[in-house]
Amino acid sequence: MIWDIEIEKATISYREHIALKNVSLNVKKGSFIAVVGPNGAGKTTLLTLINGLGRLRSGAVRIFNKRINKNNINRIRKEIGYVPQHIIVDPRMPISVYDVVMLGRYGKIGLFRRPDKRDRKFVDKVCERVGINQLREKPIGHLSGGEQQKVSLARALAQEPRILLLDEPTANLDPRAQNDMVNLIEQIYTKEKITIVFVTHLLSHLPHVCSDAILLKEGKIIASGMISEIFTEKRLSELYDYKIMPPHMNRVGYDV
Amino acid sequence: MFEIFQYHFIQRAIVASIIGGATCGLVGVWVIMMRIPFVGVAMSHAAFAGAIFGLLLHINPLLMAIIFCLASTALIGPIADRGDFDPNISIGIIFSLVLGIAFLGMGMIPGPKTEALNFIWGNILIISSQDLLFLLGVAVIVVIFLVLLYKEIQAILFNRELARAAGIPETLLFYCLLFLCGATVTFNLNIIGGLLIFSLIVNPPSAAYQLTYNLKTMYVLSAIFGVSSCLMGLFFSYIFNVPSGAVIIIVSSLIFGISLVFSPKRRVKKYEVSKT
Repeated sequence: MIWDIEIEKATISYREHIALKNVSLNVKKGSFIAVVGPNGAGKTTLLTLINGLGRLRSGAVRIFNKRINKNNINRIRKEIGYVPQHIIVDPRMPISVYDVVMLGRYGKIGLFRRPDKRDRKFVDKVCERVGINQLREKPIGHLSGGEQQKVSLARALAQEPRILLLDEPTANLDPRAQNDMVNLIEQIYTKEKITIVFVTHLLSHLPHVCSDAILLKEGKIIASGMISEIFTEKRLSELYDYKIMPPHMNRVGYDV
Repeated sequence: MFEIFQYHFIQRAIVASIIGGATCGLVGVWVIMMRIPFVGVAMSHAAFAGAIFGLLLHINPLLMAIIFCLASTALIGPIADRGDFDPNISIGIIFSLVLGIAFLGMGMIPGPKTEALNFIWGNILIISSQDLLFLLGVAVIVVIFLVLLYKEIQAILFNRELARAAGIPETLLFYCLLFLCGATVTFNLNIIGGLLIFSLIVNPPSAAYQLTYNLKTMYVLSAIFGVSSCLMGLFFSYIFNVPSGAVIIIVSSLIFGISLVFSPKRRVKKYEVSKT
């Protein structure tokens, strides 16, 4: 079995708060896995464990069969695209949308080098694909929340990632923008077959190409496996401490 | 009028204004974009504390000022990162520490403290050729660092976490940026003094920030505003026989005020309801 992500008994704590407790997880190469759980369950922390932004207190993380450490983390990060939940940007920030998308390639380009023709062509292609071509020259701070999320996705894709980490990419978007974002992620997965970890607390936002999920509660994985098996009324109600009916597939994705 | 240019001290002051103003303008862009304006105050007081201990221990005050300043810069980043808090808080901690050390040294130093106080007030008209060389050295390092690592610096200024996530060695580069800010402050202390350098690092880039949405243009404008502030300040201080540092800051503040008034970023589109 080829694993892209192997997490073994990982614990992450912030001062008094233990965000992840002895979590173990293996993610197959090319799979699309959802991380579902209520607010404060440790979903974002799990993503930062994968790209090394979080500080591991105990346990081990292996990415592409390499145990991550201080020496190799920058090299590994170049292969991992990250779309965080929401970034606060000053509306007067003197940086354009194009610059932000290009930023995704900077790690790969390397120190002391400038983006070449291939980099510019690749960023052009990504902007086109994500549908932000008309926004390229705009200051990044002038975009709406939905547009900024698209730029964030474009920046992550500009990295040519082998793993894509999406932290609630549909949060704070209107229904149309949510639908567009989910469709876009589905297209990317279908075409590229990269490993995607999709964090959400809203089951209705899951793309239907997503077949596996883990349920995270209070820093622990309480269930993992195929969505059709683990999205049961009992488990979901236990997850949210609230009665939830299992989702059913609709055109966009799962719905509650 | 033009006979003043034949004096060596004026020539040196003009060169120092150009080099120092431009360097402060460039590193000021990092300071403003990273929202750490008080780094200038903390660094200048660290230099002051170093100078005092230099006098106390009979070591070259400038050398001690440099050591204290650079050591403080080297502490700001790691303290913020290890403590998981905003760099402004670690700047505040370092500022209070060096202020305490400075006062301690002041209490222990016998006799007049004029030499140490020069680091706080500064005087562009008494700058030496050696000071100029140091100034030029820092300016060259800052420009080379900026040119070679422009894209990485841009990424860090946009968002440190995203820069790190893209595989950029963000922590090391962030510490280097802080270190260069400290070096710039230290070597500019003789020009306008520790208390006033804060304004020269903050005002020119803040004025540039009002006028452009392009980072490269912001660097250029900030450097121009820094040089203009120093040159005009020098000119007026000579004409009216007033302290140069103070005039430099007033001019840089005026430039900021004018930029704010004419800032395209402050324009508000009006929505007119049609009468139908």
